[in-house]
Amino acid sequence: MSGVRVLVGTRKGMFILTSDGKRKTWVVSGPMLEGWEVYHVKGSPVDPNRIYASQTTDWFGQIIQRSDDGGATWAPVGNQFQYDGVTGTHQWYDGTPHPWEFARVWHLEPSLSDPDTVLAGVEDAALFRSSDGGENWHELSGLRTIGSGSSWQPGAGGMCLHTILVSPSDAQRIWVAISSAGVFRTDDGGVSWSPKNKGLHSEGIPDGDAEVGHCVHRIALHPSRPDTLFMQKHWDVLRSDDAGDSWVEISGNLPSDFGFVIDVHAHEPETVYVVPITSDSVHFPPEGKLRVYRSRSGGNEWEPLTKGLPQANCYVDVLRDAMAVDSLDDCGVYFGTTGGQVYASANAGDSWEPIVRDLPAVLSVEVQTLA
Amino acid sequence: MIRVVLPAHLRTLAHVNREFDLDVPGPLTQRSVIDALEARFPVLLGTIRDPLTQKRRPYVRFFACEEDLSHDSPDAALPDAVATRAEPFFVIGAMAGG
Repeated sequence: MSGVRVLVGTRKGMFILTSDGKRKTWVVSGPMLEGWEVYHVKGSPVDPNRIYASQTTDWFGQIIQRSDDGGATWAPVGNQFQYDGVTGTHQWYDGTPHPWEFARVWHLEPSLSDPDTVLAGVEDAALFRSSDGGENWHELSGLRTIGSGSSWQPGAGGMCLHTILVSPSDAQRIWVAISSAGVFRTDDGGVSWSPKNKGLHSEGIPDGDAEVGHCVHRIALHPSRPDTLFMQKHWDVLRSDDAGDSWVEISGNLPSDFGFVIDVHAHEPETVYVVPITSDSVHFPPEGKLRVYRSRSGGNEWEPLTKGLPQANCYVDVLRDAMAVDSLDDCGVYFGTTGGQVYASANAGDSWEPIVRDLPAVLSVEVQTLA
Repeated sequence: MIRVVLPAHLRTLAHVNREFDLDVPGPLTQRSVIDALEARFPVLLGTIRDPLTQKRRPYVRFFACEEDLSHDSPDAALPDAVATRAEPFFVIGAMAGG
């Protein structure tokens, strides 16, 4: 019997939501790691019992937790994230040079082929890799030390590396997205990197078409088309059909093209989901209506998905790592809100039901499809 | 051997009770206490002080004998009452408003 396991990171701990393939009834487990911010939880694609979690507080710093039994039990692994070589500086908010300082792990990306290998995106922006199940971490410093690194400047949420995509067809090709810097790609496993922001335009930076400095919120891809990427930028929704070499805007008829999440249907590579947010200064849905927008044409033409979602007096946000899809048939779509709801659709977004309504603010949602 | 009290989150990580005994070799200072804590409980590495710079984390405080010792030199001798076990050494998570 197939099933799903939804991994939810929140401001005050972690929750695991499980259901069978029908996705009608749910078992809620947690809180785990209670009282800590859990920025991200993600399972290995090759061993669903292996799950990694980023646990952090401003008080006591960063802990990485690992489960080898599908989330039933957890144990801390390595938490030493030391930048490689000369640390150098990036720009601070006031424009002065500021030393790179590790703050937290935003995103954990387990390898597509090896359960012991996992990438970590951290603040201040850098990429780390562990090849021993999270015990030891080594920076892929070619990213941080590319020429533009000294000019990167944090956004309001910190200078975080928040998105990591590994190409399903070429493990040497990795994309990352960094708040207020943009998208970068390596084709050699992380040794050398190039900015991939051509076609992005941002009004919040002095040169709107600059090579770096764009506040990319999230990128996503479909495994069957690894050269096609979808992006939710600070403002604007975009796509690339050449692995990030160039981007075109696909915001189309969205009520707002500001937002954080973006994801792709598990079986339809041109079906894309976003959750429009009013603006950069008003972080809740337009008109107080929580709507997922779906495009079945790869962008530009979007339809609101509202059945089961609050259509009045809803003022929550949906953060960048808080949407995921399962690979069952029909595709399941899930997202969590800053109001503590986790919504699920078992029919590709046509209708929604809350799995839970009153969790702490949701930071991340990932889904494991279980055989 | 001294008495140590950890905040709740660190007790959970280290699997200890609120107060426990800790063997601290050498001179009794903040640094030697944290060294001994990290040696006995490697999971605490990085949770009390930065592992690279050894600076106390901003929201962590060290108390003993009803005094805040957080701003003392990490190599300053701790009060005799800590050494004699009359008083514990407290690692505190700073209060947050709101």
